[in-house]
Amino acid sequence: MYPSRFKYESPKTIEEAIALLTKGNGEAKILAGGMSLIPMMKLRFASPETLIDISNIPNLNYHRADADGTFRIGALCTHADLEKSSILAQHQPTLAATAPLVADPIVRTRGTFVGSVCHADPQGDWSSAMIALDGMIVAQGPKGRRTIAVRDFVTGPFQNVLASNEIAIEAIIPTTKGIRFGGYLKLERRIGDFATAGVAVALELSGASVIRAGIGLTGVGSSTVNAIDAAQSLVGSPLTSQAIERAADLAAQAAQPRSDHRGSATYKRQVVRTFVVRILTEVSSNQVKAA
Amino acid sequence: MTSLYEEVRGDDSEEVSTCLVTVRVNGVNRSAKVEPRLLLAHFIRQGLRLTGTHVGCDSSNCGACTVLLDGQPVKSCSMFAVQANGHEVMTVEGLSTASELHPIQEGFKDEHGLQCGYCTPGMMLAAKALLDENLNPTEDEIRWALSGNLCRCTGYQNIVKAVLWAAEKMRAQAGK
Repeated sequence: MYPSRFKYESPKTIEEAIALLTKGNGEAKILAGGMSLIPMMKLRFASPETLIDISNIPNLNYHRADADGTFRIGALCTHADLEKSSILAQHQPTLAATAPLVADPIVRTRGTFVGSVCHADPQGDWSSAMIALDGMIVAQGPKGRRTIAVRDFVTGPFQNVLASNEIAIEAIIPTTKGIRFGGYLKLERRIGDFATAGVAVALELSGASVIRAGIGLTGVGSSTVNAIDAAQSLVGSPLTSQAIERAADLAAQAAQPRSDHRGSATYKRQVVRTFVVRILTEVSSNQVKAA
Repeated sequence: MTSLYEEVRGDDSEEVSTCLVTVRVNGVNRSAKVEPRLLLAHFIRQGLRLTGTHVGCDSSNCGACTVLLDGQPVKSCSMFAVQANGHEVMTVEGLSTASELHPIQEGFKDEHGLQCGYCTPGMMLAAKALLDENLNPTEDEIRWALSGNLCRCTGYQNIVKAVLWAAEKMRAQAGK
């Protein structure tokens, strides 16, 4: 399968890439890992006139925790970089649990974190984790940079709020006041398949008490589901089994799955419920061990 | 230098933009003028006539087209040749020397790690990437590393055995 013809550009700076996007006038696309874009181009779901390959722009492949605890992931940081990262495991339990479950090991060597969030696939694992963490995307355009919360960034399936001359250059996870706990669970028929359902949970605890919670759901809606009520129900109290059951029920209610060959809507809701219970129960026992 | 863009041209006489790419393949620099939409898999197979790299699903699912790019496994059906410009690629042809099979190839032979052989080149390169990082993998680690490669003969059992066999031989060779 061949994509339609396109013009290939390989800029060396972000500014040059933005100038090329501006010149492209809405018909140019950024290429990073290409693990979603290239298959879509081969199927002719996407036919950009120009592809702007940002892989030769230096200093975009990083992930780090700043002194104040803000966590930053550059536009060229791959899933595999994150999977192998010790600092991710140390600072970001939800992301560390997600990394090994993204696509398959070979796709992970090329695909990028930021690219995956921009792609805004309702089946995207990172979007759920970013929703749960109140993550943000930094976009750079001709007029400078702006920071957009991921919950506002994604506007629908495969849609985001980037202007046609803006590049997502970084993802940010804001600093925490408490201790981070969390996890990600995904049910898939085989590795590399789209999720039947996935659940990302990110918590901040102070002592035994939950001071912030976020829950993102993968593959059970027309875009990533932000289970706000479920998350809010956890805030202000310890992770008792009643609190866990209540949050799981609310998350299952927030899911809007469709019945398909991966399972019925009822089944997928049940998977969401079960995953919320499993993650929170594990957090609860880890938290006891940590205390 | 090969010109590959003619092979993917249609009947139209539209001016086609091409790029000059140089990729170091199995230790040899190979240059070609290519259309940007030429996939790395086709650059390797049609341009360089290295037909050991197989195209299976053509949609980044099956891993038959796996090659190593700077030592990391990639699905060459989902990457453009221009993206490999200036990089190093290893295909299955790069595993063996003129007189000797690579231990991974020997392992696949000895442990019957293949039936039809279609997935084998991709399996072997994914295995090489694993063994380059970890010469003493567990069965689980092998299954995990090969989980992006599908075998439709359902021969996974012997594929895993083949990689264990290769790891043992490579450890012996490395004197560990």
